[in-house]
Amino acid sequence: MIRTKNLVFEYIRRDDEGNVEGITRAVDGVNLSVEPGQFIAILGHNGSGKSTLAKHFNALLYPTEGEVFIDGLNTEEDKNIWEIRQKAGMVFQNPDNQIIGQVVEEDVGFGPENMGIPTEEIWERVEESLKTVGMLQFRKASPNHLSGGQKQRVSIAGVIAMHPKCIIFDEPTAMLDPNGRKEVIRAARALNEVENITIILITHYMEEVIYADKVFVMDKGHVEMSGTPREIFSQVDKLKELRLGVPQVTLLAHELRNAGLPLPEGILSREELINELKRLK
Amino acid sequence: MLRDITLGQYYRTESVVHKLDPRVKLVATFMFIISLFVANNIIGYIIAALFLIMCIALSNVPPKFIFRGMKTIFFLLVITMIFNLFLTPGKELVSFWKFTITYEGVKMASMMAIRLIFLITGSSLMTLTTTPNNLTDGLERLLRPLKLFKVPVHEIAMMMSIALRFIPILMEETDKIMKAQMARGADFESGSLITRAKSLVPLLVPLFISAFRRANDLAMAMEARCYRGGEGRTKMKPLIYSNIDRIAYLVIIVYLALVIICGRILF
Repeated sequence: MIRTKNLVFEYIRRDDEGNVEGITRAVDGVNLSVEPGQFIAILGHNGSGKSTLAKHFNALLYPTEGEVFIDGLNTEEDKNIWEIRQKAGMVFQNPDNQIIGQVVEEDVGFGPENMGIPTEEIWERVEESLKTVGMLQFRKASPNHLSGGQKQRVSIAGVIAMHPKCIIFDEPTAMLDPNGRKEVIRAARALNEVENITIILITHYMEEVIYADKVFVMDKGHVEMSGTPREIFSQVDKLKELRLGVPQVTLLAHELRNAGLPLPEGILSREELINELKRLK
Repeated sequence: MLRDITLGQYYRTESVVHKLDPRVKLVATFMFIISLFVANNIIGYIIAALFLIMCIALSNVPPKFIFRGMKTIFFLLVITMIFNLFLTPGKELVSFWKFTITYEGVKMASMMAIRLIFLITGSSLMTLTTTPNNLTDGLERLLRPLKLFKVPVHEIAMMMSIALRFIPILMEETDKIMKAQMARGADFESGSLITRAKSLVPLLVPLFISAFRRANDLAMAMEARCYRGGEGRTKMKPLIYSNIDRIAYLVIIVYLALVIICGRILF
């Protein structure tokens, strides 16, 4: 679905006169591939290059070196751009800054309108996408009166209405409260499981990662670790080195293990820990 | 205080006026404004008032909501009235110290006041009953002939619709920045007009920065959703005239004719 080959992206910093001050390598030699239908998480602290990487998947940024292929299409070829943007939808961080319509349903219809879909089909798509994210009863509401989580769900519906094969979530929960966060993650997981849409979730909340099929951990533009959540979270010390925390339960299990309890590494959920502890008795 | 501006705020309810084609409402508002300047006597204004009351009644928008926008033009209204009252030459009515109020002045001032009030009420009614997207759609269609002269009609319409969408968000932001600065001792409420205006500068700088940042984000979000200008775009809500719209056009024409005949020719 998504494949990058030696992807490098450089920001050129300029001073007031426009002279080049320095070059920052935001993404540095990333090779990764995502299979259709997977739920992928990309982790990393601020400035690790994860958002920059994500913007390459939607042809919003172009590689300085290397190549990005979305469903076999090279993002650098101009004729592919619109097809790529339709295939790989994107949900951004700030819910207010990505809603264009003044009414929920008009916003959801914005993508299909741009694609030149006939009117009746736009309505079908809008209704179906709002139903998918559970926002159908708000279709006539103004986005300004919705909560953060609801706004993000509207944004997701706006992307679904374009019938993408893949949705990239660029820190969709960073500005939400815990309830809104749960709403958004639940919607993303449902899309992956029910509609079989490939999900790429970019985040720095560890709790959101445990459902992923595969996790990439980024630092300074490199992919430092990759594997299943269990593989990643069994390396607590390495994650700490990369300034990333692990879920509370995993950390507790890790500390208990260090204290001498014979627990397995990489415990992800509370139930798992309880079961393991019961087994010990 | 910042929430009082109703211009550009859609009031959601079901009514005949809400269902009208935005083009009809735009044309009607325009005709209504023309009629206000054509009418020259009390009968013309009575007809205009009746028309306005009819529209408000049909729109189901609570009048309280419509007149809330009036507060913002109150000063303009007072200043216009004072100028007209004292500076119109003509037959003397009352005179004290250096000021003279003339018969013509009173007439002029009240006419100006009525015009302004009706004008704001009429246009508020339009924005209250039409979603901004609908409004800009209507404008885009009405201005389409200008494309021949290379006027970027679609782009202008899109800009307007986005501006309208962000008014409440930026208002809220202004409020937030104001409170944040007040919490650190900034004073927006006392002092002369000039000091108060000056104290707004530190408010505007962060507001502008954030507006630019938002614009950047929004542009990216729009591009990510395949936005590429007006070419090849379809409409979710295409504008098609129905019978109500045709009747509305008829009503407007009759109204305008009535105002011209009664307000100008007959009396």
